[in-house]
Amino acid sequence: MGSGGMIVMDEDNCMVEIARFYLEFTCDESCGKCTPCREGTYRLREILDKIVEGRATLEDLDKLESLAHYIKDNSLCGLGQTAPNPVLSTLEHFRDEYLAHIVDKKCPAHVCQKLLQYVVTDKCIGCGKCISVCPQDAISATGDVANERTGKRRSVINQELCIKCGACLEACPPKIGAIVRI
Amino acid sequence: MNTVKITINNREYEVPSNYTILDACRAAQIDVPTLCFLKDINETGACRMCVVEVEGTRNLQASCVTPVRNGMVVKTNTTRVINSQKTTLELLLANHNIECLVCNRNGQCELQDLAERFQLKDIYFENYKKREPIYDDASVSIVRDTSKCVLCGRCVSVCKKQAGMSVLTFIDRGFETHVGPAFDEKMEYAGCIYCGQCINVCPVDALKEKPHIELVWEAINDPKKHVVFQTAPAVRAAIAEEFGKEIGTGATGKMVAAIKRLGVNKVFDTNFAADLTIMEEGFELIDRLQNGGKLPMFTSCSPGWIRIIEQYYPEFIPNLSTCKSPHQMFGAIIKSYYAKKMNIDPKDIFVVSVMPCSCKKSEMHRPEMAVNGNRDVDAVLTTREVAKMIKQAGIDFNNLPDEDFDHPLGEYSGAGVIFGATGGVMEAALRTVADVLSNQDLKEIDYNVVRGTEGIKEAELDIAGHKIRVAVAHGGANAKKLMDMIKSGEKEYHFVEIMGCNGGCVNGGGQPYVNAKTRNSGLDHRKLRAQVLYNEDKSKTVRKSHLNKDVMKLYDEFLGKPNSHLAHELLHTHYHQREIFPTQEN
Amino acid sequence: MRLYRSHVLICGGTGCTSSRSNEIKQEMEKYITEFGLENEVQVVMTGCFGLCEAGPIVIVYPEGTFYSRVKVEDAKRIVEEHLLKGRIVKDLLYYEAITEVSDTVKAVNEVEFYAKQMRIALKNCGVIDPESIDEYIAVDGYKALAKVLTEMTPEQVIEEITKSRLRGRGGAGFPTGKKWAFAASYQANQKYVACNADEGDPGAFMDRSILEGTPHSVLEAMTIAGYAIGASKGYIYVRAEYPIAVKRLNIAIKQAREYGLLGENILGTGFNFDIEIRLGAGAFVCGEETALIESIEGKRGMPRVRPPFPAEKGIWGKPTLLNNVETYANIPAIINNGAEWFASIGTEDSKGTKVFALGGKIKNTGLVEVPMGTTLREVIYGIGGGCPNGKKFKAVQTGGPSGGCLPEKYLDTPISY
Repeated sequence: MGSGGMIVMDEDNCMVEIARFYLEFTCDESCGKCTPCREGTYRLREILDKIVEGRATLEDLDKLESLAHYIKDNSLCGLGQTAPNPVLSTLEHFRDEYLAHIVDKKCPAHVCQKLLQYVVTDKCIGCGKCISVCPQDAISATGDVANERTGKRRSVINQELCIKCGACLEACPPKIGAIVRI
Repeated sequence: MNTVKITINNREYEVPSNYTILDACRAAQIDVPTLCFLKDINETGACRMCVVEVEGTRNLQASCVTPVRNGMVVKTNTTRVINSQKTTLELLLANHNIECLVCNRNGQCELQDLAERFQLKDIYFENYKKREPIYDDASVSIVRDTSKCVLCGRCVSVCKKQAGMSVLTFIDRGFETHVGPAFDEKMEYAGCIYCGQCINVCPVDALKEKPHIELVWEAINDPKKHVVFQTAPAVRAAIAEEFGKEIGTGATGKMVAAIKRLGVNKVFDTNFAADLTIMEEGFELIDRLQNGGKLPMFTSCSPGWIRIIEQYYPEFIPNLSTCKSPHQMFGAIIKSYYAKKMNIDPKDIFVVSVMPCSCKKSEMHRPEMAVNGNRDVDAVLTTREVAKMIKQAGIDFNNLPDEDFDHPLGEYSGAGVIFGATGGVMEAALRTVADVLSNQDLKEIDYNVVRGTEGIKEAELDIAGHKIRVAVAHGGANAKKLMDMIKSGEKEYHFVEIMGCNGGCVNGGGQPYVNAKTRNSGLDHRKLRAQVLYNEDKSKTVRKSHLNKDVMKLYDEFLGKPNSHLAHELLHTHYHQREIFPTQEN
Repeated sequence: MRLYRSHVLICGGTGCTSSRSNEIKQEMEKYITEFGLENEVQVVMTGCFGLCEAGPIVIVYPEGTFYSRVKVEDAKRIVEEHLLKGRIVKDLLYYEAITEVSDTVKAVNEVEFYAKQMRIALKNCGVIDPESIDEYIAVDGYKALAKVLTEMTPEQVIEEITKSRLRGRGGAGFPTGKKWAFAASYQANQKYVACNADEGDPGAFMDRSILEGTPHSVLEAMTIAGYAIGASKGYIYVRAEYPIAVKRLNIAIKQAREYGLLGENILGTGFNFDIEIRLGAGAFVCGEETALIESIEGKRGMPRVRPPFPAEKGIWGKPTLLNNVETYANIPAIINNGAEWFASIGTEDSKGTKVFALGGKIKNTGLVEVPMGTTLREVIYGIGGGCPNGKKFKAVQTGGPSGGCLPEKYLDTPISY
């Protein structure tokens, strides 16, 4: 039950990212006195960073779990002893999301920026709204011809340049809905 | 004594009920690893190296701070415990500047010992040398290197409890945590007295003295330089520890022989200057007593203590004896009397003081410590540093013959020797003052009341019909306690000896490291080292400073009489208030 | 005492204050004077109503009309239409307070968010003016203290708390009566009572709302605790980031001293107790009891090793009783209504109610108090309204960074320790 904070997550929340968020908090708030909490939570966060950025291996996942148990077992006070709980509980209930990040390099909730792509589907009508809002000039009208009459071409997103800000998705008219996150 | 039954690794033991689990394990000859724990000084349970399994508790327990209970069942070597200790060590090493082969503490490092014991296969995590390490060598005495720090907190505790200064503290939180003076100020301005107790308790190389070794090698190898070494009394009581001997082994003769083999020109004994100090300080006291001078008079041999007065009790500066500390006096005599006698230009003389002290390195830089533009002392080596030089030179210390100090300034009395222990300066002074005031050669000269490691010692003595109240304190914390009582008028004395280090110079900030295991075993290195000095005092035929023949000759040939004009010019100094955390305008 | 025909209650919690509820109050008072209603209508700034999502909240009594998301410029309309002409301003009503079909208006306590709650700790929040000790006294405030000091021995007080089976509300759930008994069992020339108001979990604001809404409850409870364990001095350790709570606590302490409810010879019984506020600088670890004690002593907030526990060696090495804000807020009600009453609420091992701060992907962000044993589903869907925008629920994180994530399948778990 805890102290009474109750944060509700829906399908748009990535559970790995949630665990990382809480770890970031305890990591910053560790008083620095005992080794497991001071050094351990930082390393947990480091591994979670690797996972959400798609750089982690299954070995990292094992280390994450064993380190979390170690911190619980060895910390001096309640802060350290409970700090790994968000990691352990998400590992227990949402391990598939961790595996998706590590093995498939995908974030099922489309939250983790490094693991998602914005792509243009066939629904694109070549209106060009996305092109004008892209801050990176990463979108160009170089796809297939969308409209035979006008000759307008579909947008293509250069993934190398894309910073995943989501501006194109916002700009794409809802009734068209040509831009999706994958 | 009440005892409890405790089971450790399936065997039952009966131990005193005031034991911790760690005490019980050590009594059972089980060496539970520790890092941060220092008995009576740092009992914080912070590093978690010493965890054990205790039946009925959910988490592992830090054995160093967990009291035993009757019927307690403890396990020290389960996989859970060992793996936890290994992970703790791994985490520490991953955030430690692992340059062990080129580290000052190589071979004398408690972290290295743990690494050797646990034989980690590899370190999983990326190494950081603390992401923005602070290397503070702005002070002339103590160097800080946070890249090596393991945040055990021993220095923080010793600075608070023994030095009474609280200069070092934890700064920032979490992974950013580091140790330093408040506001990350430089040591020089943070109220530090440079007693170096922090260095002594540091398990790694995060704190060390400002090195002078290179400087000294350079001078020795400079054919134009006439290199004169002098060694403080406390050095001989500890230097043998650096060569594997047990604490409390005296090594005066071997020390002299080793230093001579470094290729220096002369090796003198600072004890000679200690006798000289007693002449100056003793007569200064007699003068103040007889002519209504400022009382109580405070000794001035300990530069750490001088920094306490200058920074925390500046209103008492007039109470300080104006005498320079012995090695500074000696430097001044070497560059005047000795230079003249040997017909050497003082500019070509390089005086090296081998001291048990980290603060002497700061003292030698004081502008007052020079005569005619020549520094009294050119370099200060700690006991540790001189041992390092002896090792570098490949000298087989333990198999050296005993050799004597050089003359003409090598003679010393028993009074000079005991300067190295708390109460020693007081006792030495009393021996001379009592003789002078009573105009006799008194036989009762052991002032046991001022000896020993009690924090504050006081006595009322009857000296030739005069009632003289004296007090002795050692270590900053005790010094502050005594000063506060004097300041409030609660206590009144005629003569007060204070040393900046707990136990006096024998436990100075430049002495050989006494590792945590030894300290925690209950062995008191301060007493053992002091005993070496008291034994040497006992063995001397001359045990009073004013009977030292070389000192008498020095007055006859050169200085005239104690506190003469020339003596003042060479052997006395002055002090000034120092601001802590100075504002920028200053 | 003047009788008013209508009371306007405006939320003065942190959330509504940051949405300018202070200005709304000023505007309303301005127009009330303008329309000559100052002798008929009284405007009261209260503590948090709990439904922060709908703030700033204005409630008009006696009918209990529930206006939500009120803006400063709406003040005039409410005064002119509702208070002067008696016509409810329908477009400002909380969405659920008006039924579309029949166009009837629901009072605030009939709204689902409130109807399903049971308020003990939050009883006075959103009801009284937290800056008025008279209003607190009018709702039975300090009655429990009077009862304790005049009718009960310290042992009886501890017995009553023990029988109520109240457990620490800070998260660890240690039996409160046992804690009081421990602190009482140590002999010392000085003991301390401390209140942990260093609420630091991201998204949690239970304690803040209690301090903002009914600060006297905490003072009263601490004084009772002081009497029970033999302490004469109390500390409230509260984060400096809670300026409104700090301000109201200071006002409350001053008032209590003026009324002889704090200080020397309380209520003429010879019992002395006073309370001092210590501000924390927002370090999460200072919510840990030994780190909090270090911080009260002026040191860096780092936990001490235990044992010794604070009950034996706490603040300045003296026996210290430390409870959290919400735990204290339950004490006066237990004394007034009896331990049996309290123990009748909740489940077998978890008695009474619990306050929760709802946040994240939920419709009714805010503060709720429910009996122990209520299911998570009831809290999240019944009171909280579920996830907005038709999104699918995935998990709920309870207990902040120290807690865990529970997925859908655990939603029918009754809330307990």
